[in-house]
Amino acid sequence: MKAHLSRRYRFSASHRLHSEAMSAADNQATYGKCNNPYGHGHNYVLEVTVSGQVDEKTGMVCNLADLDGFTEQEVLSRYGHENLNTLKEFASEVPTTENLCIKIYEIVHRKFPGVHLERVRLEETMMNSFEYTGGGAPRF
Amino acid sequence: MVYLTRKAEFSASHVYHNPELSPEENRRVFGKCNNPNGHGHNYMLEVTVKGEVDQTSGFVVDLKQLKEVMHREVLDAMDHRFLNKEVPEFLHQIPTTENIAIVVWNRLVTKLKNATLHRVRVYETSDLFVDFYGEL
Repeated sequence: MKAHLSRRYRFSASHRLHSEAMSAADNQATYGKCNNPYGHGHNYVLEVTVSGQVDEKTGMVCNLADLDGFTEQEVLSRYGHENLNTLKEFASEVPTTENLCIKIYEIVHRKFPGVHLERVRLEETMMNSFEYTGGGAPRF
Repeated sequence: MVYLTRKAEFSASHVYHNPELSPEENRRVFGKCNNPNGHGHNYMLEVTVKGEVDQTSGFVVDLKQLKEVMHREVLDAMDHRFLNKEVPEFLHQIPTTENIAIVVWNRLVTKLKNATLHRVRVYETSDLFVDFYGEL
């Protein structure tokens, strides 16, 4: 039997939405207050969904302790309490939550073994969230 | 096609233990979920059915019937129970959230009238949930 397991995590970080490819006026028009020069922060909620066969011996899709340990080491400690604009992956890319969601998907997809990564969902606030499924169709 | 989701809450206890593994292995695989006397959760269940909207009633499914089936098949069996000992499916199967979702699906899938079961979602906590779509 194939099941999907989702786990939610939290981290806080700051960012500023600003593109060097645009004029100051265009940045302001595009990003509004997210373009304020000194940046601002969010409490992000990260939701990771993996899928796979339920192991008959353990009753699990994957060991939660492994997923928690991986996410802590590779994602939460990397982005938590950081200014996203200062990180090398955002040196030439705007740290929108769309782009951050894709980065996190790529980390988990590349490095976490044994299960299929279905989706990374990232809540920037309670009111807006973003999902990336690696190009596949999202599953309702 | 319209999807309708009904929620229900139940509270239950469980322990993760595989008698085929040594005590050390059980401890290593299941961690504190292996504590011998068990522990409990407030589970949130979401049952999603799908179907065409009936032209006469305007419903996808008779919500009253869905609610009754969920109560009879799931809540009466699992609410305020020790899952390992009181739910037959878990006498020989570990009541992980994955297996609870599968058991709920199996209990509901043949009992629903005029609606197709689409997804069973079981929240063990607000930060951990499992979806089962009936896939082998």
